[in-house]
Amino acid sequence: MSAHANLERRRQAIYGWLLLSPAAVLLTVFAFYPSIATMWSSLFSRGTRRKPTEFVGTENYTDLFADPTFWLVAKNNLFYAGVTIPVSIFIALSMALWANSKISARGFVRTAYFTPTVLPMIAAANLWLFFYTPGLGVLDQIGSLFGLPSVNWLGQPETALWAIIIVTIWKEAGFFMIFYLAALQTIPADLKEAADIEGTSRWTYTRRIVLPLLMPTTLFIAVNAMINSVKLIDHLFILTKGGPSDASKLILYYIWEMAFAFFDAPHAAAMTILVIAVLGIVAAVQFLYLDRRTHYQ
Amino acid sequence: MKLLSKTGLGLASAMAVGLALPASAETELTMYYPIAVGGALTEVVDSIVADFEAANPDISVNAIYSGNYDDTRVRALSALESGEPAQLAVMFSIDAYDLIEQELIIPFEEVATSDADKEWLGSFYPALMANGQIEGQTWGIPFQRSTIVAYYNKDMFRAAGLDPEAPPKTWDEMIEMGKALTQGDTYGLMIPSTGYPYWMFQALAIQNGKEVMSDDGVTTYFDDASVIETLEFWKSLSEEHGIMPTGTVEWGTLRQAFLEGQTAMMWHSTGNLTAVKKGANFDFGVAELPGKVRLGSPTGGGNFYLFKDTSDEERAAALKLMKFMTAPEQAAAWSIATGYMGVSPAAYETEALKNYTAEFPPALVARNQLENAVAEFSTFETARVRDGLNNAIQSALTGAKTPAEALAEAQASAVRLLRDYK
Amino acid sequence: MKNLTKFMDSFGAILLAIIWIAPLLFAFWAATHSTSDAVNLNLFSPWTLENFRVAWNGAPWLKYFMNTFILVTVILAGQFFFTTLAGFAFAQLQFPGKDFVFILVLMQLFILPEVLIVENYAMVSRLGLFDTILGVGMPYMASAFGIFLMRQSFKGVPIELHEAARIEGCGLLGILWRVYVPLAKPTYLAYALVSVSTHWNNFLWPLIVTNSPETRPLTVGLSIFGAPENGVDISIISAATMMSVAPLLIAFLIFQRQFVQAFLRAGIK
Repeated sequence: MSAHANLERRRQAIYGWLLLSPAAVLLTVFAFYPSIATMWSSLFSRGTRRKPTEFVGTENYTDLFADPTFWLVAKNNLFYAGVTIPVSIFIALSMALWANSKISARGFVRTAYFTPTVLPMIAAANLWLFFYTPGLGVLDQIGSLFGLPSVNWLGQPETALWAIIIVTIWKEAGFFMIFYLAALQTIPADLKEAADIEGTSRWTYTRRIVLPLLMPTTLFIAVNAMINSVKLIDHLFILTKGGPSDASKLILYYIWEMAFAFFDAPHAAAMTILVIAVLGIVAAVQFLYLDRRTHYQ
Repeated sequence: MKLLSKTGLGLASAMAVGLALPASAETELTMYYPIAVGGALTEVVDSIVADFEAANPDISVNAIYSGNYDDTRVRALSALESGEPAQLAVMFSIDAYDLIEQELIIPFEEVATSDADKEWLGSFYPALMANGQIEGQTWGIPFQRSTIVAYYNKDMFRAAGLDPEAPPKTWDEMIEMGKALTQGDTYGLMIPSTGYPYWMFQALAIQNGKEVMSDDGVTTYFDDASVIETLEFWKSLSEEHGIMPTGTVEWGTLRQAFLEGQTAMMWHSTGNLTAVKKGANFDFGVAELPGKVRLGSPTGGGNFYLFKDTSDEERAAALKLMKFMTAPEQAAAWSIATGYMGVSPAAYETEALKNYTAEFPPALVARNQLENAVAEFSTFETARVRDGLNNAIQSALTGAKTPAEALAEAQASAVRLLRDYK
Repeated sequence: MKNLTKFMDSFGAILLAIIWIAPLLFAFWAATHSTSDAVNLNLFSPWTLENFRVAWNGAPWLKYFMNTFILVTVILAGQFFFTTLAGFAFAQLQFPGKDFVFILVLMQLFILPEVLIVENYAMVSRLGLFDTILGVGMPYMASAFGIFLMRQSFKGVPIELHEAARIEGCGLLGILWRVYVPLAKPTYLAYALVSVSTHWNNFLWPLIVTNSPETRPLTVGLSIFGAPENGVDISIISAATMMSVAPLLIAFLIFQRQFVQAFLRAGIK
């Protein structure tokens, strides 16, 4: 090995680390260090005038597991994920198939589907508040035209979480549609022609040819939707604040509340660690998938 | 436009080279306060502050409005925790226990030492001082204070054949009149059960003859028989008597519902009075709450607090500001602008408020109710204990649990939270 | 038969589209009518701009707009800087530890800044950045997503161009600046649009680290405006909402095609 190549390798190593270091510092300061600090602080009790902070081991975790609210919130969040992920994927796919086919007013349709994506969640929540308010809201006004009784969408445990879910789906479906749209445009037109010649029905064509080809996109969207089911909680601040009686409270909102409304950072930290653990599992699955995908490339 | 904090250290100061700090020959105060009603009310506070600054050129005040009470507490405490300046704040009168426990505020006895100061401390309505007086000292000064009052639609009373000048005085009358007023899309009564359900509940419980907490903030009585009975009564208003919608009633949109004639009566803070007055296109009245065993309402609203981490000059300046803002003329102006009470008897002696109440008597109702008022629900760990009670109320009203079950759970969690404070 | 299917398709698609923009249309309608007309759906009631006037006077919106504008600019500038350097290192340089660090970066895709609010808040306070626009922006600057995107984009640059520039005597940074950055322009544009619309709309983190009208972005200002102590007025909230979404919405309607393309490019690679 020549001295030149050796020098080049050292140069590359130095440059590599130099170029990387600004981002590495920021990532350390705002992602890695906080993760570890969260883990650490979840092992201590909260200090007050009467009881200073002390090491309590896993007590904050056992407290959480004994807290019915925590379980309710976890259940809510699973339900939230369980509904928003498949439904928004399904709607996004339908939107994309429509927006990609030769229908009238296609420009309008595409714009309408995508518009919620550019609105802040807070603004979206304000829009929907006007829909949901009992008696005054649009839904009730329309319902009363058909003689339906007034429904307190945000004020009943059975409907509050659904009301939240609908806003989330409304917000994210159009965004996911775009990815499907892009994938659909990469499907060669002759596949469709061949199917037409064979006399394949449209449904069979979609199910047998289009859906399998869209599979990677679907996985990508599913992961995004999963992350959103943790992250998208802004509308709770406007619509329900997690109520009534915690029926629509989601985990990130509960973390926020624990830390900034109840000033109980240690329990918030313990919850954060649990969320990170779950996200970590999702990440691992995603990596396996990504790995496979890069092999094919 | 504040890219960097003025007090920024480390990274911030490294990057802030060249940004000159303002010369500070004067005392700067930062005050966080909640906005009572949407719209231009911040202008009212801004103009009071401007008047104060004009009268005291050596003090500059940075008044920051920060949403509702919960938001304001979060904002003020986040500021303190991250070393941002904050000398005083208007926060929930019931936050006192927690603020003391976290060693964030000081009692006014430490700063209000002159005779004039002491006289000032004694000038407020005693009922409004109750929430701020803990362990023999005064921690909060009343500013935007309220009681719950009953707003009613006189036109609907007339239409239902009721006397518009005789609103219900007892629970039984309330149900009876409520039934007469419930017609078509209109309910007889709405008591809000989001936002501050515990507040409404406390009013009902007092009227039923039972307090929900002890005076020292360490015991709650949620599972007491008459407290459970109170919740059963609230639920019966919709379940049995059908005069209130089922499920919860939204605090935030209730005023709108009342103004749109969706309900003939509503219970709400007197802080809403001016907004209702402006928005109503019908004849409305305001009454003291009805009673069962006794009459009563908790007080509510916000007090001034003085933070501990302040210099002597700042404390003196903050005290000056509080005195200015609670002076009779300002209290009167604030009361007229919002509907909140004038906090001292002297406020009602001012020309402005005298004229206003003569022309608009409902502005006196909240104050008249003070003789039956009690301190608002407040304990140590108050946010979480309150949350438990709120949840119990909501799950009973929505039918998820029975009142007895729900309150027993709330009591158990309150006992757990308050264990360490006994 | 075929025509019927086509008709059903169009019908379904348009129906869904109408449902999808209905909330926005109703809010617009509510904002331009008196509260009483809005909540009673009086379809033929007079139009008014009064709600906008009241809403505009109710909060320092201009300041909020400026704050949001500065915030997205600062974040974008930071992201360009950090992700360009890191993306280039990952794409074109060989150095020990690269793969390990890359996996760490990918992990950050899942440790969302949103989840770490408690410790990030403590960190921002410690750095003296609490209640500053920089404090809101910092945690997002070294975006793992951006690094990943830039790496992909730089990897597609033909090595011949790199070599040619080197032979002409360019240093590594010169090559990055003269060859790679210009070629990655579409990626920058796409990333910019995604970043701007994300941070224009971000709420939870700014809610936590901003404390005054001097730093508060639009979303936080809107939420505070919409949550006064004693209740809301639907028409005025709607007017405020319309005001705060207008700039991005109008930009979207004008640059629709570019917007959509940008999202595609950023998401798929």
